[in-house]
Amino acid sequence: MLTAALLAAGFAAALASVLARSSRVVPRSTLIERINDVLPQTQCGRCTFAGCKPYATALAEGRADINHCPPGGDTTARTLATLLDRPYKPVDPQFGITPAQPVVAWVDESRCIGCTKCIQACPVDAIVGASKFMHTIIAAQCTGCELCIAPCPVDCIELRPAQASQLSLSS
Amino acid sequence: MTTRSQTRGGLKLETHKHRSTMRPLRAARPAELLTLPLDQHAGAAARPIVATGDLVALGQPIAEPTADISAWLHSPVSGRVRAIEPQPSALHPDTPSLAIVIENDGADRTHAANQPFDFSNAEPAAIVEHIARGGIVGLGGAIFPTAAKLARAPAKSAHLIVNGAECEPWISCDDMLMRERASEVIAGAKVLCRAVLAEHCTIAVEDDMREAAQALREAVEHAGGGIEVVEVPSIYPAGGERQLITTLTGLEVPSGGLPQDIGILCQNVGTAAAIARWVHDGEPLIRRVVTITGSAIQEPANLDAVIGTPLSRLIADCGGFATEPAKLMMGGPMMGIALPTDQFAVLKGMNCVFAATLRDIQPAGPEMPCIRCGSCSEVCPAILLPQQLHRLALAGEVPELDEYGLLDCIECGCCDYVCPSQIPLVERFRVAKPEVLRYRTMRSMAPEARAQFEAREVRLARLEEERRARLAEKRRSITSKP
Repeated sequence: MLTAALLAAGFAAALASVLARSSRVVPRSTLIERINDVLPQTQCGRCTFAGCKPYATALAEGRADINHCPPGGDTTARTLATLLDRPYKPVDPQFGITPAQPVVAWVDESRCIGCTKCIQACPVDAIVGASKFMHTIIAAQCTGCELCIAPCPVDCIELRPAQASQLSLSS
Repeated sequence: MTTRSQTRGGLKLETHKHRSTMRPLRAARPAELLTLPLDQHAGAAARPIVATGDLVALGQPIAEPTADISAWLHSPVSGRVRAIEPQPSALHPDTPSLAIVIENDGADRTHAANQPFDFSNAEPAAIVEHIARGGIVGLGGAIFPTAAKLARAPAKSAHLIVNGAECEPWISCDDMLMRERASEVIAGAKVLCRAVLAEHCTIAVEDDMREAAQALREAVEHAGGGIEVVEVPSIYPAGGERQLITTLTGLEVPSGGLPQDIGILCQNVGTAAAIARWVHDGEPLIRRVVTITGSAIQEPANLDAVIGTPLSRLIADCGGFATEPAKLMMGGPMMGIALPTDQFAVLKGMNCVFAATLRDIQPAGPEMPCIRCGSCSEVCPAILLPQQLHRLALAGEVPELDEYGLLDCIECGCCDYVCPSQIPLVERFRVAKPEVLRYRTMRSMAPEARAQFEAREVRLARLEEERRARLAEKRRSITSKP
């Protein structure tokens, strides 16, 4: 009798856990983390939120759609669709175009006046320099978010293709 | 030594090299106008250092490198700069690139500053720097600036492989170069050995290049030995850098890695010869051997042409077209780039002009659905699964494409060649690669970018709090004053 009761309780618990999984009851904070893991971390804000984590939060709370991330492109949209069990949509061009290749910002150092405006705009601290001293981009840390380009008063920042090693056939 | 136990895949192709090796190597007739695109090497385009109307001497630098991976460009003739303007470039036939156009005065006045360089006592770094000054780039196909490649080579105990295993079935420019100028190749190999302090040096040729192997062995003996000449089986793509390394050493270059990661440096024989001419004769990279071949060419041959010569001139040099070519290509039929016309100029990286009749090329029928025969996987020398990659590429499954190793594809064309459904696999892979590269870059950068972003958020919050605290302190000090 006791064994039967225990077995029944065990079944109930197992059933409950299966039910919980199937209805995707995921604590919201971990869901935000999981969405954030999928996002490119460009921090460009093109999704209209202040960075990748705010967008992840909005997605978790159902305040945003899955196709707002141009740097992530259709790949990210697809992954988000699967993760959130929503229909896949290609990236909405109103938020921007997915760049064809990785880009990084580049400062024309001969024209930089050292105003520090780009440094303040950079979301990942990838620009070094000081007031009235030349600035430069740490290419390895630049995400190509473009946020430094608009604030520059002398338009001395441009996007360039990121260097990639391309050695294949030598014959 | 002819081992191939370590490599897989590849194709035994019918060779057509004899068509262009029947006639001796000869110099192409000089042209009146030479077009030199500034982006004819891998990496950043060069920046012109001459202006329209300037007089230039043969071998004078006319454009300088703009980045770490970039190259010098020299005037191949003496004359006057006619223009610096966009011109078609055979590397990307659809988009013109900025080029320097030079009018040949036929006088061949040489640039006095180009002098032989004594490398025997020079530091490796000085040799690399000198090679950079010669505008030397990899002539095997990748056109990667040689000095940049040497600078990335392992510091010591490197094994230098000089690649003469020219595997495209129609191209014979390296074959001819080795037959007729073996001593230049050996001299260049010696400079390269010194530049990277290599302990071993191997020159690889295909086992059907008897004359070249013989010429090289004689030249090695004449130069005092120290270099091994090895024949590898002529199974396309034997001369692919990674395939050749595996055939010769049994080692595999890691996926995503470079030969330097396993202590090996690979250089093409044409590059070695160009280095020899620059170091010993003071002649920068201003000319190369180009194979003019295909059934549509009257007298296929190998020509020693200066960079910038119009292709139409070279074709005329070989008796012109026998028939209207069905397809004109730069490079061979397996990996070449189709050219819409012959209105292009010789580039540093142009090994072959292939004017094909319909009999020369695979008939390209309509594409049929994949029948999953698996032939492509059997021939893939990079040990990939082309049919799987193709399915994923059509579906746009980028993370999976990366997982299935799309970026290890060397675009050799073996899968296209055997596909019974005529699927243009390589073309699809070429289109999908940038997307996968972008995805990979994004994924590899994401953790650091995220940490940087979060650290910045914390810092901004702290600064804001400190500011508020300062203001509150100030307010208190004012209100508490008597």
